[in-house]
Amino acid sequence: MSGIPQDHYEPKSGFEKWVHSRLPVIALAADFLKFPTPKNLNWMWIWGVVLTVFLMVQIVTGITLVMHYIPSTDAAFASVEHIMRDVNGGWLLRYMHANGASFFFIAVYAHIFRGLYYGSYKEPREITWIIGILIYLAMMATAFMGYVLPWGQMSFWGATVITNLFSAVPLIGDDIVVWLWGGFSVDEPTLTRFFSLHYLLPFVILGLTVVHIWAFHTTGNNNPTGVPVRTNDVATVKKDTVPFHPFYTIKDIYALALFLILFVVFVFFMPNYMGHPDNYIEANPLVTPAHIVPEWYFLPFYAILRAITEDVWLMQIMPFTAKLGGVIAMFGSILVMALAPWLDTSRVRSGRYRPQFKWWFWLLVVDFLLLMWCGSQAPTDTIASISLLGTAYWFGYFLVILPVLGITEKPLPQPKTIEEAFEAEHPKPEAGGKAAATPAE
Amino acid sequence: MSHAETDSDHTRRDFLYVATAAAGAVTVGAMVWPLIDQMNPSADVLALASIEVDVGSIEPGTEIKVMWRGKPVFIRRRTEEEIEAARAVALSDLPDQNAENANKPGADAADQNRTLDAAGEWLVMVGVCTHLGCVPLGDGSGEFNGWFCPCHGSHYDIAGRIRKGPAPRNLEVPQAAFLDDTTIRLG
Repeated sequence: MSGIPQDHYEPKSGFEKWVHSRLPVIALAADFLKFPTPKNLNWMWIWGVVLTVFLMVQIVTGITLVMHYIPSTDAAFASVEHIMRDVNGGWLLRYMHANGASFFFIAVYAHIFRGLYYGSYKEPREITWIIGILIYLAMMATAFMGYVLPWGQMSFWGATVITNLFSAVPLIGDDIVVWLWGGFSVDEPTLTRFFSLHYLLPFVILGLTVVHIWAFHTTGNNNPTGVPVRTNDVATVKKDTVPFHPFYTIKDIYALALFLILFVVFVFFMPNYMGHPDNYIEANPLVTPAHIVPEWYFLPFYAILRAITEDVWLMQIMPFTAKLGGVIAMFGSILVMALAPWLDTSRVRSGRYRPQFKWWFWLLVVDFLLLMWCGSQAPTDTIASISLLGTAYWFGYFLVILPVLGITEKPLPQPKTIEEAFEAEHPKPEAGGKAAATPAE
Repeated sequence: MSHAETDSDHTRRDFLYVATAAAGAVTVGAMVWPLIDQMNPSADVLALASIEVDVGSIEPGTEIKVMWRGKPVFIRRRTEEEIEAARAVALSDLPDQNAENANKPGADAADQNRTLDAAGEWLVMVGVCTHLGCVPLGDGSGEFNGWFCPCHGSHYDIAGRIRKGPAPRNLEVPQAAFLDDTTIRLG
């Protein structure tokens, strides 16, 4: 399964041998835990483990919430309040689930931007990257449908706005929307199918996660230098790597503990900070809230959606409406990110050795935050103009800057091996010279 | 590889492969379609009754909202000034040139083609923004003193026609008719 040579598990006791000859499951787990991992990984390599743990938190709290939730337009809102007030510890489970979604997205954005900075998407990790994008899309679908379930005002109107996006599809758009709704507006059939899919998709994400890990265990992890692990033989591999367990299990658990402290601060002291008060008003199909905003993690893409208006000069020459233009831009913004492996022409993987790239990258991060802010504001002409600017940079980064920069930029010299880079950063102790036990930071 | 020995044998096997694959594709299609179609509106949702609305108590310059097919419908009784303002708009100022009136298919967006009565007093519209389905705010709001959708900033005039913002079409006029002087039938 792995493309990196490593020491393999050998069954020792009689029992282990008995199991191993029938189902080599202990070998699978042991080899997985001992996977040779670059020894120079920094703190931005903790997010994969954090994400896996948060997926588990969401699945476990979700399954328990379902034991009390009722997916019906008459009872959904009341059943959520029942969870909050009557169910033993129900408030804790619900607040963990709601804030868990936000923290899941904090981690995934850190993870994605880590990949963008260190060129983790580049050859040979294109499939890992594409599967990651699929996971992200599945996360967004899951989060969107989960937000509808409490059947508050934001649930209802968020569902109305987002499902209406599909009406922009030419010819069959209206039929698609009716099909999604199961009626002529967001109603009971919509709620029950969202509930069904909200339960299903996390397990799809779990499956994709396994494939995601399988893919980068085949190519080996990227690392802050972007220089690949030397795979000549086990002895050479050991010069560049340490076994995942115990080195990275301990490091990741430490980082996870810090992240979880922040998480419980939100759960216990400010559980509604990232929510919207309107969602504590039961859904009313006759009244739209004065200001519909999606959850914060959707805001950048919501801003891109709203940035495309009839006034945009490009829309004057396009054979479709601004509404369809906005939808295309929103989905396109994720598509161009998925195509990054083929758009980036630079052969240098890590941003560390790309002096100009760094600036464009950090501008992209600022752009992302700017778009996030725009998405939270009421729709005025000024906000639409700023959003348009932000949208232009987002597309410009992937479609123009990444292809051109790879040709024009003069990269800095890279270390020859991970071992060399590591020893430059962590010199061996002078006395003794027994550096074999030096752990990665 | 005996099946490749003679031409006739070869052809027969190919035929079997293609036939099996075709039968398989049809079977899968037949199995998948019910799974997709179950999400379309069910019989009880499709069996939508029309409703009758008593509009006798609506004063000029006010409007009511009623629920019809799960959506709000605006019924506004316009004042003389509002009718005048709506009729003064040149057709060329309208992004959507179609009346979007189920009672007058294909008519242009002149104010006369939007209202239920010839005098232009009664305006009946589905209160769903044609952008992304929010309910616009009424009572002369927005830059054109008609309706304003708070979600993405679409402005409609006092005839419910889109004037500014991302919405592509005028507010839809549903099938409607006066049964008598004070009753409107929707659907």
